Amino acid sequence: MDIRTMLAASVAVACLCSPTLADTSSKKIALSNNYAGNSWRQAMLTSWDTITKEAVSKGVVAAADPFTTAENQATEQAAQIQNMILQGYDAIVVNAASPTALNGAIKEACDAGITVVSFDGIVTEPCAWRIAVDFKRMGESQLEYLATKLPNGGNLLEIRGLAGVSVDDEIHAGIQAGVEKNPQFKIVGSVNGDWAQDVAQRAVAGILPSLPDIAAVVTQGGDGYGAAQAFAAAKRPTPTIVMGNREDELLWWKEQKDKDGYETMSVSIAPGVSTLAFWVAQQILDGKDVKKDLVVPFLRIDQDNLEENLKNTQKGGVANVEYSLEDAQKVIAAAQ
Amino acid sequence: MKISSGTIRLLIPAASLALLLAAVFYMQPRAMSYNGLNLLFNLAVPIALATIAQMLIMSVNDLDLSMGTFVSFCACVAATMLQTSPMLGILIFVGAIAAYAAIGVVIHVRELPSIVVTLGMSFVWGGLAVLLLPSPGGTAPAWARWVMTAKPPLVPMAIVASIVIAGVTHFIVMRSSFGVLMRGVGGNNRSVQRAGWSVIGVRAGTYALAGFFAILSGIALVGLTTSADANIALRYTLLSIAGVILGGGQFVGGKVSPIGAVIGALTLTLAGSFLSFMRISPDWQIGAQGAILIVVLALRLALNRLEKREKSL
Repeated sequence: MDIRTMLAASVAVACLCSPTLADTSSKKIALSNNYAGNSWRQAMLTSWDTITKEAVSKGVVAAADPFTTAENQATEQAAQIQNMILQGYDAIVVNAASPTALNGAIKEACDAGITVVSFDGIVTEPCAWRIAVDFKRMGESQLEYLATKLPNGGNLLEIRGLAGVSVDDEIHAGIQAGVEKNPQFKIVGSVNGDWAQDVAQRAVAGILPSLPDIAAVVTQGGDGYGAAQAFAAAKRPTPTIVMGNREDELLWWKEQKDKDGYETMSVSIAPGVSTLAFWVAQQILDGKDVKKDLVVPFLRIDQDNLEENLKNTQKGGVANVEYSLEDAQKVIAAAQ
Repeated sequence: MKISSGTIRLLIPAASLALLLAAVFYMQPRAMSYNGLNLLFNLAVPIALATIAQMLIMSVNDLDLSMGTFVSFCACVAATMLQTSPMLGILIFVGAIAAYAAIGVVIHVRELPSIVVTLGMSFVWGGLAVLLLPSPGGTAPAWARWVMTAKPPLVPMAIVASIVIAGVTHFIVMRSSFGVLMRGVGGNNRSVQRAGWSVIGVRAGTYALAGFFAILSGIALVGLTTSADANIALRYTLLSIAGVILGGGQFVGGKVSPIGAVIGALTLTLAGSFLSFMRISPDWQIGAQGAILIVVLALRLALNRLEKREKSL
């Protein structure tokens, strides 16, 4: 056996042991992000940093550089993506400013042989991969929880998000589907909380005097704490308010739980979804067969894991989870 | 041989473009190719067209703050009406040009500040764009896509388009009699009037022409992005003004340069890529972009002083 075959054999063995380490170690991945101006996006970038730094130091990939555009504009992000093509990245992970206006730039990237994975703000260009959140399912899961907690049903107050945004429509559709499946519940009022506690508080305070007894409040995240404040101010009994993983919401829940054993659940999408997109891109570069449309699991907090999640959530932040390679492989396998 | 002041005014923008280009090539040798140049500059084509439109308005001493929303509106029309029923799309565009001419007339007759009128119009265009495309979407007309992704031999499309735009507008603004009148209105409104010309006609014509170039900008943008949304070109308002100034134009006095404006638009686009290649953090990028603008303008100011001193000698 000469040296060359021995080397080849040892490489082959190394590949068998750690296939992912061998194949993508020379690949460069870039994150194209359109906006960094709120706690969710900041957490998203921090998660990307922690996970990818570790991956780079372990040699899984050669580089994983985040780029954020200075202004939240599609044309600027298109230019940013074209620059990434020139910089020679092998994959681009993108949180898009617009689902359609980047398609030209994304097509250029695909034509240059670059893998494009979009998440959260996904793109419609067929050559790109999409990691979407099943917002409809998120709405349905709230009703499923309420059906077990309040088997007798009751009146619901729905707090919606920002009007005209697709996420709001999808969560709302999920809640409606849930109500149809569980006819013991009835939505007696609906307000727009714009995913902001102060707006939600004002809106709920405005509609409360006209409402009958409320058994539960279904929400979209970022509005549960405001709703609770509005109920307290009106001196009405606190219903079961579904929370949205924000730190202030979890803190309030914890206080109520310690006081009188208040029960609810909390659900939202974790900012760490950026790290899931990173691993998916890495898997595609590795030559794995990955479906173009993937669904990211949302992050749910229940009565028993509240303390743990609250501990891991930054002040003023959002409960987060960072994904590992195994998580990504699970998501990919689930889509097959 | 005496160099004309117009040439000197073009010198600084051209030199800064060349300098930036050299820096980009040094940092990213990959850009030094047919495809590389196309990727660097193709998004500059709609910006160049919008800059030309802004320059026309500025040549009659006005300023158009609705440029960004108007280009967005045109992009929405191009991605919807123009694609599904071309006749209706063209009709809307003709109407838009007429609206621009009417804005010019109103500003002239009522002696209103153009900034206020166009700022008001920006909400009108923005609203119309949202009505047309409430959620992002639409499809680019096949021919617009074809033009913007064409691969002419030797020189990439982005460069060809820039040269054609610069050439055509140079002819209109600097060589045609309409162009002379237009700059005359900016330079000395009253003397043009005394010479027996209809200033109101010139203003209306200038605004209509600006509307036409803004429409081309919207179509070019959709040709690149393949679809539109109502906020797609909001940045173009400030970019177009910066492009004109960067290219040697001035806010008053009818002093404009079409070739300079195109170079200014290319420089602005390139500055973005340059900063991105430098890996400057996004928090600093807007500031850095501003710094590049200030440096170029300071150079120009120094050159203007030099020019004046030479004249007084």
